[in-house]
Amino acid sequence: MLDNIKILFRQGKQYIPDVTKAELPGIFRGRPEISNETIDTAALIDLCPTGAIDLNPVSIDLGKCTFCGECAFSFPSKVKFTKDYKIAANQREDLIIKAGETEAITLNPDLIRKEIAKYFSGSLKLRQVSAGGDNSCELELNACGNVNFDMGRFGIEFVASPRHADGIVITGPITENMAVPLQICYDAVPDPKIIILAGTDAISGGIFSDSPALNRTFLSKYKIDLYVPGNPIHPLTFINGVMDLIKKRK
Amino acid sequence: MSNYIAIKNNQTIPVQNIPVLDYEDFFALNTGLIQHEENHCVSYFGYRIQDKLKLTCCMANDTDGNILISSCEIKTNAREPYPSFTAHHLSFHFFERELHENFGINYAGHPWLKPVRFSFDRTNKDSRIENYPFYQIKSEELHEVGVGPIHAGVIEPGHFRFICNGEQILHLEIQLGYQHRGIEQLFLNKKKLLQRTTLAESIAGDTVAGHTTTFVNLWESLCNYQADEDLQFARTLALELERLAIHTGDLSAICTDIAYQLGSSVFGRLRTPLINFFQIWCGNRLGKGLIRAGKSNFYFTEGLRKQLEQLLDAYENDYGQMWEEFHTLPSALARLEKTGVVTREQAIAIGLVGMAAKTSGIRRDVRATHVHDLYGQLNHQPVVKHHGDVYSRAHLRNKEIRQSMGYIRKMLQNIPQENKNRRPLSSPQPASFTLSLAEGWRGEICHCAVTDKDGELMHYKIKDPSMHNWLALALAVRNNEISDFPICNKSFDLSYCGHDL
Repeated sequence: MLDNIKILFRQGKQYIPDVTKAELPGIFRGRPEISNETIDTAALIDLCPTGAIDLNPVSIDLGKCTFCGECAFSFPSKVKFTKDYKIAANQREDLIIKAGETEAITLNPDLIRKEIAKYFSGSLKLRQVSAGGDNSCELELNACGNVNFDMGRFGIEFVASPRHADGIVITGPITENMAVPLQICYDAVPDPKIIILAGTDAISGGIFSDSPALNRTFLSKYKIDLYVPGNPIHPLTFINGVMDLIKKRK
Repeated sequence: MSNYIAIKNNQTIPVQNIPVLDYEDFFALNTGLIQHEENHCVSYFGYRIQDKLKLTCCMANDTDGNILISSCEIKTNAREPYPSFTAHHLSFHFFERELHENFGINYAGHPWLKPVRFSFDRTNKDSRIENYPFYQIKSEELHEVGVGPIHAGVIEPGHFRFICNGEQILHLEIQLGYQHRGIEQLFLNKKKLLQRTTLAESIAGDTVAGHTTTFVNLWESLCNYQADEDLQFARTLALELERLAIHTGDLSAICTDIAYQLGSSVFGRLRTPLINFFQIWCGNRLGKGLIRAGKSNFYFTEGLRKQLEQLLDAYENDYGQMWEEFHTLPSALARLEKTGVVTREQAIAIGLVGMAAKTSGIRRDVRATHVHDLYGQLNHQPVVKHHGDVYSRAHLRNKEIRQSMGYIRKMLQNIPQENKNRRPLSSPQPASFTLSLAEGWRGEICHCAVTDKDGELMHYKIKDPSMHNWLALALAVRNNEISDFPICNKSFDLSYCGHDL
């Protein structure tokens, strides 16, 4: 017993006091900024493994980006990744960062259904469905609930059954073999319910987007409430995105 | 002339140097080699050449570090079934099931040609994951429990079908394939090196260092490129850091599954600075972006060395105190000891690798038997345990955590200089075969590649240790209570996506 208390005491406070303002250690590739400098754009586009870079103006689609950073290494004067981890959006187009844009990414309040804040602002229970995820986003979603990030203190938790859930969080590019289980799981969640796509693979298919083993028809049937980019998502990106989605707005 | 060619880990040879045998000799050779305990099959695969299927079997010898490669060309539409390797040694079961599923090869004497992953290019499209007929036992006294594909926690999908006698598990059948993304085909379709590296990083996102190191070592060998010491240093360090981080997280998860809250929280939070260190080093908590063929974007600086040393000092104290408390706690031990046992005989029969092999008394560890990168300098001695239970697998993690800390500290004393004038990578050599092995935290990872006459990839074969080890979980839970399944499962912590590809 005494030993247990000693261990507890030694651990001190492990949680991040303010998850909206925490500074990430070291380097982190979050929201990119693209300058207006003239460079060899063909070479820039050719670099990207997932075709996330487009032209006129030069832009990076965070829904396709793997955050490998190769573009920033090859063209440091053109592309810079900031440490801003608040990159979740509720509008797919908002994930496309164009040259010259340096503003933070925010949710579009007009697109958030009224019932979301009404029912979920105090408590949101989520069912996670990994549909071809590589276990990196899954690890980070688990980390959201650990003693450091402690998402539970905001009333946001993952639950074991879709019947206890208010929505689903999909990871992975959605494989053919998971298409049916995903649909069954979604159908089992009572209304009103939300859908969150976590990670580049879920949002666009990522590096797997043209794989013959996928079936992404589920996504064309429903409105997506939140896109959380990352490869994998950072826990703070997820927590801030979800809190922004469910908060009560004036 | 010999009927196989012996190569070393990460050695490239012309495809034509691999002896092509008729099936009878191919069969006799490989089922003969496997009778010696020092040999095991690291990869056995087929690829189409015109109307034939070329089989290539790779047997690793753990004593002399040789890998014996042999091949055979067969017809896929043969009327008579081929004699099954598996009938002689169960460890081939996975590879032959894969050949059956992908190419429709029929085998005589294979005990169970159960589907592997319902791959998109399987021959029998009527066989679907939704209508798979699970093994059944007809009895008034037994009942079935189906779990998955979606599990209670935030983990990957797979289906477990238990046949229970009361609370006791009589039989467990595991059906996977839900995570199948067609990754081996994508290795051929995607032509850019960065795309292929990104794929390697996504084979299993919890084993980024393991699979990416295996891929870049293979690729560099294929391009006849000798990696500089600083690149090898970074790969070795990343492998050991990954082992440290995931083992720590696994101890947390084992504590969670026995409802030991203190261990769960403390081990869980101890993992955080380790993966944060990956972010400090390369900008990604799981190490994506760190390992590249022929280059590195993130040199390991003197500043990083200091931070890592401080981190390890702080970690070691807290970890040691928590481990001491955990492994002397009678209520925890009661759940772990003699639970989920895999015997040495079973381990050899089904060809286990990695942690699962080492806890059942088999000294099988690529870091010692088929050295690569800086492992030659570390003189790795694998930790071997003998009871094969959940406790052994927890204990092994503890020992490996301490071992990895030692290796990292040793490596930090001598950080190689960054080579600022690296030789650029050339193209892969034409008509060549390469095999690369690495010991990820789960165990032996094997990648094989074959190039065509223009040096383009014509076949890419991935083997995650989970492919060998899932069957061990099914055997381990027999006669255990079904309530012990979660800790058994966690003690192996196998990969779904690594298996399904």
